[in-house]
Amino acid sequence: MRLSYTDSERAFRTEAADWLRSELCGEFADVRGLTSRVGAPERRLEWEKRLGEARWSVIGWPAEYGGRDATMAERVIFAEEYAGAGGPPRINHVGVELLGPTVIAYGTAAQKARFLPPIATGGSIWCQGYSEPGAGSDLGAVRTRAQLDNGEWIIDGQKVWTSLAQFSGWAFILARSEPGSVGRNGLTFLLVPLDQAGVSIRPIRQITGDAEFNELFLDGARTDQGDILGAPGEGWDVAMALLGFERGVSTLGQQMAFRNELDAVIAAARANGSAQDPLIRQRLAQAEIGLRLMRFGALRMLDQEGGAGTGAAITYKIQWASWRRSLGELAMDVLGQAGQVAPALPDGDYAMPILTDLFLNARADTIYGGTNQIQRNLIAERGLGLPRELRGDLKG
Amino acid sequence: MRLAFSDDQVAVRDAVQAFLAEAVSSESTRTAMADGSGVDWPLWRAMARDLGLTGLAVPEAFGGSELGAVETAIISETLGAHLGAVPWLASTVIATKAISLGGSDTQGAEWLPRLAEGSAIATFATEGFEIRNGRLTGSTPFVPHGNVADLIVACADDQTFLVPTDAVGCTITAQTTLDQTRPLALVTLSDVEAAPLPALDWCDIEPLAWTAIAADSLGGAQACLDRTVAHVKERIQFGRTIGSFQAVKHRLADMLVAIEQARSAVYWAAGEIDAGGPDARLASHAAKSFACDTYADCAGHAIQLHGGIGFTWEHDAHLFFKRARGNMSLMGAPVWHREQIARLMPLEVACD
Repeated sequence: MRLSYTDSERAFRTEAADWLRSELCGEFADVRGLTSRVGAPERRLEWEKRLGEARWSVIGWPAEYGGRDATMAERVIFAEEYAGAGGPPRINHVGVELLGPTVIAYGTAAQKARFLPPIATGGSIWCQGYSEPGAGSDLGAVRTRAQLDNGEWIIDGQKVWTSLAQFSGWAFILARSEPGSVGRNGLTFLLVPLDQAGVSIRPIRQITGDAEFNELFLDGARTDQGDILGAPGEGWDVAMALLGFERGVSTLGQQMAFRNELDAVIAAARANGSAQDPLIRQRLAQAEIGLRLMRFGALRMLDQEGGAGTGAAITYKIQWASWRRSLGELAMDVLGQAGQVAPALPDGDYAMPILTDLFLNARADTIYGGTNQIQRNLIAERGLGLPRELRGDLKG
Repeated sequence: MRLAFSDDQVAVRDAVQAFLAEAVSSESTRTAMADGSGVDWPLWRAMARDLGLTGLAVPEAFGGSELGAVETAIISETLGAHLGAVPWLASTVIATKAISLGGSDTQGAEWLPRLAEGSAIATFATEGFEIRNGRLTGSTPFVPHGNVADLIVACADDQTFLVPTDAVGCTITAQTTLDQTRPLALVTLSDVEAAPLPALDWCDIEPLAWTAIAADSLGGAQACLDRTVAHVKERIQFGRTIGSFQAVKHRLADMLVAIEQARSAVYWAAGEIDAGGPDARLASHAAKSFACDTYADCAGHAIQLHGGIGFTWEHDAHLFFKRARGNMSLMGAPVWHREQIARLMPLEVACD
């Protein structure tokens, strides 16, 4: 085990830090420190492209697709420097961290050549079509249908909780391609362009007043026969592999936003004096500890040789979701009565400041991607080998 | 940067795990509890003689192996999992390290070979003493394994001294201790002549000591989880194994979530110490507070989920529960460590 850095890693850090500083204190100063995932989308799209031009967008990918073949240590370093420089949430998080690695793992040579470079250069934004009104944490209940017709997949169904679909050009969709199949069998993983007649997107106004999530209606939507990952009917494996990437490198990117949020809570506590309250100090310290442990836990997950086993990976979701919900509650306690009001806006919109927004937003964290309750079942059954929960057999 | 254990570290881990699985048992620990010393002597001698573990902090010139914080954590974790009743923490991790770091050549030559071979035991006392006329006076009631120590590393007025326990004016009284696997003693010094450790800053010892306690807690917490999982898979009530009840499963899942974070904390802290990293102090405060809290929770859950048997003396659950509480109180409670973190926390990022 060696937590120190080599000379070349230190040089890499300097290069990344210099570039980020010059951009985020210069032309992109307006997105510096932004925490909203839906704020300033045009500018964040431009930022995505700038990252791509300078080859900082997908550093862990192979160089031939726009990456740098970066080592794990370099990816960690970049994530740290990005956070330290106040880099905004990546609008193409899903493309860069989830779909890209899945294409690299499961795509054909032609698919890699076609889909990866546009993600790397910020030209193609992706969203994730897993959840459905009848299938939240239970993806085996997916009912969206896909059937082959004359060299094209025809897709009918409805997805929900599709983050950032309104900014996306493509979605990856888990759909049932074998009529009558149940559970994890008969599912196919499709790559679907959203700019077509068969697709409509309806933003869902959320508890925060924002619309980060969307409903995605697929009414005879089409995609080419070849635009699937894995074999027809074997989409479950691809979908699960993608969730593995969600628990992997992308967590380091996610932690950038967490760092900024915690810093904002600390700043608020210093500004109003609550940072001198012993109980608030305890909770701020707990939040700091939790964030640091998330980082090292993510590194353990990524370092397969590190003996991470299943423990670090299988507990990570509940760890960060619970941490962030607590941070939101701490933020409100720090703000006190001031957390009850927002600055007036000319159009009278319901727009809360970032810490209030964090408090509300975090209520989604313990629900999406598998609720905390489902996570505990998974941990108990897969991690500890306890008996499986009784499965319901309701036929709808 | 590399998180995986080195081949040598894996070898240490495997050897210590295999050795302790054979050498420690509930019976051997209970024998140590009953004999008044609180030391499992066969275990301690075997650790010293067969594995050379007591030479961990000692430079090779004095007969030791001079291993790092990661190795210390690995061994402490394994000892914690087995509730080893040995003066490992006080003697090997803390006192011996203090002499290795800050002792003169003469002091090193006098003590380190004996500590390395386990024939002498040392402990530490950080408060209660003052210097009067160049001599030490005062008392402190909570010296770990003071009852069996040959030497005390004692702090007074920002200096650290070596006090042999047979020095004139040194009195040691064993206490009845909540955790009988780590007895505490009352040490009184009356005008005792003591030699300072010339080059020691006690702050240099603390991160390693906190991390070792955290590692002991990590091992103990994991053992509580493992034993409880085994129990709930066997125990049948209401016609099913109790491990099939969601209320039980969810509590065990929460234990694993906390333990995995504690594991991150311990190895982060140990790695920072070995790297001489700027976060060593922050990380070891984090490890001490988080892992001790986790151990206390897990030991409590273990009693609860074992039901009535978990409340009995014959079951080992109370041994973990008491060690967990002892670890929490030793060298700063979690609340104190979190306050230290609050003082270390950085200002928000600024663009200059």
